[in-house]
Amino acid sequence: MNRRKTWNALGTGILSATLLATFPFLLIFLAQMFYKGFAVLSPEFLLSAPREAMTAGGIFPALIGTFLLTALSILIALPLGILTAIWMNNYGKPVWLIRILRIAINTLAGTPSIIFGLFGMAAFVNIMGLDVSLLAGGLTLAILALPVIINNTEEALRTVPADFRDASLALGATTRQTISRVLLPTALPNILTGAIISVGRVAGETAPIMFTAATFYSRRLPGSLSDEVMALPYHIYALMTEGTHPDEQVPIAYGTALVLLLLVLLVSAVAIFIRYSIRRKRQW
Amino acid sequence: MNSFKERLFKAAAYTASLFTIAVLLSIIAGLFGEGLPLFKSFSPGKFLFTNDWYPTHAEPSFGALTLIIGSLAVTLGALVIAIPLGLGSAIFISELAGSRMKEAAKPVIELLAGIPSVVYGLFGMAFLAPLIRQWFKLDTGLNIFTTSIILGVMIVPIICSMSEDALSSVPKSIREASLALGATRVESIFRAVIPAAKSGIIGSILLGFGRAVGETMVVLMLAGGAAKMPTSIFSSARPLTSTIAAEMGETVMGDLHYQSLFALAILLFLLTFVTNLVTELVFLRRGNQ
Amino acid sequence: MVTPQIQTSQLNLWFGKNHVLHDVSIPIHAHQVTAMIGPSGCGKSTLLRCFNRMNDLIPDTRIEGQVTLGGMDIYAPKTDVTSIRARVGMVFQKPNPFPKSIFNNVAFGLQIKGGLTKPKIQERVEESLKAAWLWDEVKDRLKSSAMALSGGQQQRLCIARALANRPDVLLLDEPTSALDPQSTAKIEELCLELKKSVTILIVTHNVAQAGRISDHTAFMYLGELVEFDRTDKMFTVPADKRTEAYLTGVFG
Repeated sequence: MNRRKTWNALGTGILSATLLATFPFLLIFLAQMFYKGFAVLSPEFLLSAPREAMTAGGIFPALIGTFLLTALSILIALPLGILTAIWMNNYGKPVWLIRILRIAINTLAGTPSIIFGLFGMAAFVNIMGLDVSLLAGGLTLAILALPVIINNTEEALRTVPADFRDASLALGATTRQTISRVLLPTALPNILTGAIISVGRVAGETAPIMFTAATFYSRRLPGSLSDEVMALPYHIYALMTEGTHPDEQVPIAYGTALVLLLLVLLVSAVAIFIRYSIRRKRQW
Repeated sequence: MNSFKERLFKAAAYTASLFTIAVLLSIIAGLFGEGLPLFKSFSPGKFLFTNDWYPTHAEPSFGALTLIIGSLAVTLGALVIAIPLGLGSAIFISELAGSRMKEAAKPVIELLAGIPSVVYGLFGMAFLAPLIRQWFKLDTGLNIFTTSIILGVMIVPIICSMSEDALSSVPKSIREASLALGATRVESIFRAVIPAAKSGIIGSILLGFGRAVGETMVVLMLAGGAAKMPTSIFSSARPLTSTIAAEMGETVMGDLHYQSLFALAILLFLLTFVTNLVTELVFLRRGNQ
Repeated sequence: MVTPQIQTSQLNLWFGKNHVLHDVSIPIHAHQVTAMIGPSGCGKSTLLRCFNRMNDLIPDTRIEGQVTLGGMDIYAPKTDVTSIRARVGMVFQKPNPFPKSIFNNVAFGLQIKGGLTKPKIQERVEESLKAAWLWDEVKDRLKSSAMALSGGQQQRLCIARALANRPDVLLLDEPTSALDPQSTAKIEELCLELKKSVTILIVTHNVAQAGRISDHTAFMYLGELVEFDRTDKMFTVPADKRTEAYLTGVFG
């Protein structure tokens, strides 16, 4: 009996230890990012362009670049993703097509991001001749975001009670009217949460834009869809691996990383917060 | 009029769905179309099973075995770290933690899963690698060991959150039955709850594997990048993903080197595709949903 | 004898291989309340859903036979399902208002049909809420969420929502099974009032309710229409042994 008690205590101890082992690492990680990052963070850092061969100045072009790439990709992926989810949720015939679609979505969701980058380079940059550009990067990131948006939207539509659909149809509404007037408005907060989550994911991606959109250095802001852009994640990578003055560039990389981290965490936190408050307030 | 709008809307939704399928097909077609021509000049057997990766030599050689081993080495290293940490945390959160901690844990894990990998890469390069170099008196801290630690921590949230889902969905009656038979809490967890959640847990580990094997930025920044067969955990490695990322910039569209990188991508795609398919169909049983 | 407003003849229905309705022929007269009773799974709700083609939504449904509404075959290939559903209102077992305002719930059917001016819609919403005896309770908060109403109010809101389309027929699918006795009584009274303007079909598992409010009653058992007659007659001298057994509570 005593032996079993010992095991019980030991087991509980080991399980708590795993959690306790994960925490210090994360704590050190976050502390390091904030400590080093805040050292260079300033309004000037956010709002000016890099200077003196990337050893001084700020990250303004990269900030704008990341914003543009993210916005563009979501603008492309959101309507497509929502329409696809609507079809799966409401029309869904023939059944074999739904199955293929599900396999396609799950496969896309599990495909490494570097493969999207490679595909984007072959398809958009080379074959379609878009060159390394905002548009090519936006399209590549849109494909990356597509499965996330579809899955989230479908989930959101599925949580709308069937009662609502029945009531609407019984009042003489068509399928389209039922979707646009009942299903979508009811599911909208959850759909938007999904979209925000994908914003966070897209903004932090590096591999897909390496060969499709990103440039190491540009003083000016992109003027059109066919311009190359700087982007926060790629900027970090470039400073760490292609930099020649680590003493000046590593701190800048930390500052850039902190900005990216804060942006992504903020965006995800907003999404998570919205979702939790919807759950609490939900009346049906 | 009304029925025209009806049909237009349905057609738009249908087209979007077909587009999604078309995207996947064109990715597959793109990878195979650009990658397979390599095997006209270099045999698939040699590609898979020989060591020499000299893509830019006068007489180029595309033996990818070192790269495959490199990928597997960092991935297995990451799993060695992530499985105990992720699974242990999941068990703790699901079975031992109070309801308040449980509620707080979910969003925190979700936030952690969203941290961009390039930020982890930076942390590994600028903070962890120098420490590892000092502690183990190495020439460089950029090696399999450092990569595995960072990669492992990166996939802890994936394994933790999915295993936690699996454990939480085990019916309460199973726990009660076990406790009522006189089992201690830990005995119930290991003899009753975990076996019941087994397939979900294995599924979470496989997803973690898929994520780690496809991760690019961390391995590109931390693994050292030497295309040599690793001899210890402190060896440098050049996994598939970092090879593609590092060398793509130097290739010319359509040449052998370009094709060889797409061939690596085919390999990577098949690896993650099969892993995900097995996970979905066998362990999470979401396939027929 | 007036021609019945709804008439089914030799109606058969299958869900996949499951034969749910067998040769049902039933006349429903205008401005009457017709109750459909029978044990669970007898097909009474399925029959009700044939009258506005809600069964179409269930995959693998097959229907043979005829359902006519005012002489028109509602299963004819050319029939527009949505116009049928606007003419035949339905109220469900569980009150299911949309998560919208009270006003927008009632106006829903009018908004989707289009063609009505705003003041006209307002007028019609008021008229429907009054007809459903809800106007006095909600007239000051038409803009607030319908979800905040009580269960009985929600169900009357659903009735008002259906009435706004000015239907010929109102289908009630166990409308009071989720309500307390007081709300139930109110809805029963409302039915008696409403039958002056619409034809009412009500599915109920509550035999006493059928006795209180219906003019005709249909007793269904295992997908067959066992007996159809005037309620007072059926409740005093049922023709079929099974009807008698059900009414006296031997089964079901």
